[in-house]
Amino acid sequence: MSDFPRWRYFLVAIVLVAGILYALPNVYAPLQAVQVSSSQSEPLDPTVQQKVISALQSAKIPYVNESVRHDASRGDYMVIGFANGDQQKSAADALKPVLGDKYTVAFNLESTVPRWLSAIGGRAMPLGLDLQGGVRFLMAVDQSDIIDRQENRYTQDIAALLKDKKIPFISVARAATAGQGVNVVLSSSADRSAASDAIATEYTDLGVTDGASTGDRFVLNAVIKPDKLHDIQTNAIRQNLATLSNRINALGVSEPVIQVQGEDHISVELAGVQDPAEAKKVIGATATLEYVAGIGDARDPAVQDAVRTGNIPPDAHLYYGRQGEPYLVSKNIIASGDELVDASSGNDSQSGSPSVNVTLNSAGAAKMLDFTRDNVGKPMAVVYVETTTDTKVVDGKEVHTPKTTYSVINYATIQGVFSNKFQTTGLASTKAASELALMLKGGSLAARMDIVQEGVIGPSLGQDNIDKGFKAVLLGLALVLLAAAIYYKLFGLVADVALFFNLVILVAVMSMVGVTLTMPGIAGIVLTLGMAIDSNVLICERVREELRNGSTPLAAIRAGYEKAWATILDANVTHLIAALALTTMGSGPIKGFGVTLLIGILTSMFTSVTVTHAITALIHGGRKLKTLSV
Amino acid sequence: MEIFNHNANVHFLGLRKISIGVAVLLVIASIVLLATRSLNYGLDFTGGVAVEAIYDNPVSVEDVRNALDKGGVDNAVVQSVGGTRHVAIRFQPKDDKHYVAQEGKSPNLDLMTNDVAKALQAARPDAKIASKSYVGPQVGAELRSDGVTAAIFVIIGIGVYLWIRFERRFAIAALATEVHDVLVTLGVISLFRREFDMTVLASVLAVIGYSINDKVVVFDRIRELFRSARKADPEEILNRSINSTLSRTIITSLFTGIAMAALYFFGGPTVHGFAITMLIGIVVGTLSSIFVASPILLWLGVSKKDLMPVTRENPELARRP
Repeated sequence: MSDFPRWRYFLVAIVLVAGILYALPNVYAPLQAVQVSSSQSEPLDPTVQQKVISALQSAKIPYVNESVRHDASRGDYMVIGFANGDQQKSAADALKPVLGDKYTVAFNLESTVPRWLSAIGGRAMPLGLDLQGGVRFLMAVDQSDIIDRQENRYTQDIAALLKDKKIPFISVARAATAGQGVNVVLSSSADRSAASDAIATEYTDLGVTDGASTGDRFVLNAVIKPDKLHDIQTNAIRQNLATLSNRINALGVSEPVIQVQGEDHISVELAGVQDPAEAKKVIGATATLEYVAGIGDARDPAVQDAVRTGNIPPDAHLYYGRQGEPYLVSKNIIASGDELVDASSGNDSQSGSPSVNVTLNSAGAAKMLDFTRDNVGKPMAVVYVETTTDTKVVDGKEVHTPKTTYSVINYATIQGVFSNKFQTTGLASTKAASELALMLKGGSLAARMDIVQEGVIGPSLGQDNIDKGFKAVLLGLALVLLAAAIYYKLFGLVADVALFFNLVILVAVMSMVGVTLTMPGIAGIVLTLGMAIDSNVLICERVREELRNGSTPLAAIRAGYEKAWATILDANVTHLIAALALTTMGSGPIKGFGVTLLIGILTSMFTSVTVTHAITALIHGGRKLKTLSV
Repeated sequence: MEIFNHNANVHFLGLRKISIGVAVLLVIASIVLLATRSLNYGLDFTGGVAVEAIYDNPVSVEDVRNALDKGGVDNAVVQSVGGTRHVAIRFQPKDDKHYVAQEGKSPNLDLMTNDVAKALQAARPDAKIASKSYVGPQVGAELRSDGVTAAIFVIIGIGVYLWIRFERRFAIAALATEVHDVLVTLGVISLFRREFDMTVLASVLAVIGYSINDKVVVFDRIRELFRSARKADPEEILNRSINSTLSRTIITSLFTGIAMAALYFFGGPTVHGFAITMLIGIVVGTLSSIFVASPILLWLGVSKKDLMPVTRENPELARRP
């Protein structure tokens, strides 16, 4: 006889094996590595690799030989592994001057998980900042700034629209309080209804209502519809996120974590970075675009002359492109980035080549129309202007030096007359098109952000935390195992096996889901281990009770599991509700703890009921028993 | 091995006037404590600057405080974390032009940390800054309200579940005991001026989960005994339920306590607050499972007929979860 069907043995065996496999990657400690990538779009060639290796050899920094690799499939960079963090740091210091500006040298953790294991999807849990050191920022997106920008834009657009439709008006201005929309003052009620119709059809995002009218002043109020406003805010945060990602990638941090937190916060975690100043500089940068008339590109003798002699025509600027090629462009700006409404990449409907579609607002469109009317066939350039602020402490005082860099991100010939919507075609690849669209759109932040939280955790503190956390988990586990074995003898040992597997499966699930391991997460693991034993205590106590009531050993096991199950389920569901609430808490550390607890409750229900039942049935099934060791 | 005499039938409910009296007193004392001296909120909630410093040789908290006073960092809270060489320093940034970056509203963490490092190193050159962090005041306020929301969500969610799975009176008794557990745990934290930070908040929410687990086990037994008993005197049934789950209640608490003690002693300073809070919560939750939850249930007037399965056709089905 067996109360335990065969398919369940099978299930238990499969889960245990899978658990071991997917928990395994965490055993392989990642290698401290330095990542070298090219900051221009030229590929990393073997000469660079040679340069890196000779630099390390001359600086006498030992590196892990087999880790040096340049895997084109994973992006254009090479990775060099080191035995410890000190070597990693001195290697980065040694490489930076050798490689110069063209290459970015960044800290990285290189996984040492065997190939076959990663092939089946095995990966180690990423470590939180508190376990590996780094910088964390939390930024609040300024909501009122979003509203300001939108209302200012609509004010201009409505004025232009009314002029366009030849509806006479007295004034178009923003309401006194932000968020109250745009007030249009007209001189007759007929004009007002005409304006109202025009605005409502042209700008569907606006809700138009009639305001108070005094004498010959007829007021019309246009407010951004609440659901649209919400969309705009969400988009603004998304755009800020994209901009930040762009900028932080330029920093050369290997795996930045940039995510939205709550309604209007963005958190940035940069592992391995120890100096937040550089990161802050990049985050705080403001960027904008300028559309200007092009005068010549690198093939033009005038440009070559300007580069050689430094004599730049008085009406021009000499700027460089992203590959370092020179351009001469006019000083007169046609349109600027704040007049750009949208940019998206796509394919040109005629040639099928990758393109970028740009939409300008009415003010920008008017200027663009004027310019293109006279300049078809001539070049136009897009200049990316970035302003960063260098902050240095001189004699205890902060000195801010703004630094502006200009680069030409696109240089193309004007094919026709256009105004608010136009296309840039002839781009090299789809990737280039989407990059340009992102640069155009994401060049500047959609709304201002303030740093509301900032933390730096030293690398030694991180290692210290890992060691302590590991010790706490192992000792907590060992003590609970010992106590259970002493108190419940054989049944205790069975529970111990299950508890051990609970840890394994918990780690496996956390790795598969990709939960970032943090100190609160480790606390959650220890707590889960302490509480997971509860189900076994319930079962063992039940079995004991049944034995006392005169049941035979096998009947006692069966009744014990059956009766305890209802209790275990109730107790765990209530507990799950609590864990669920913890995961909804916006912030990082609590969430990590809650997720750990949530997974732990689920895995413990499986291990302490199903796994122990399987083992107990294996031990006791098919035998005549006089006593139970419980 | 058995610690508890399984035939013991301690008359816990006979003590109900005393036990409930003590519970009410504890709750009132906790509320008074929380109202008068509040919680020692950590950086996560108050906002401000926190710096952790590690010394090569042992240092006393008093020396660190003096060094900071001399260096012009006023009103800093200095705590020793894990051993004698590691201190945490917490203070509110001064409302000073010098510290505030030009464009944003956030103060410059690097400058403030520099000042702290200078002050510490002036007294002891072996001081090193291990970590620094800044939290804006509004973040803390949001967190606090998030925490309260989460706690309310937990309590209501559990209440609804118990109402459906058991009966109204069980839900009320569990929630009343739950509120008692949370308040008393917070009261103890307030009494000993333990720092209340994010991990402690997480721990308090975990205490809710842990202690409800305990109550549900007893309630489950009460329901079972009511259903199986022919003559059901509520007081006797409740008492028998507490006694027959007593061993489990205490053993589980002991085992969880052991794990938390390991976390406290070996897990390092970042999880001290978590482990301690959990330990307090385990003690409070265990005691209230034995002495508080059932008397409330008795007073609410639980009886056999409230608990009989509704599905008459198949009583076996109804017993199953």
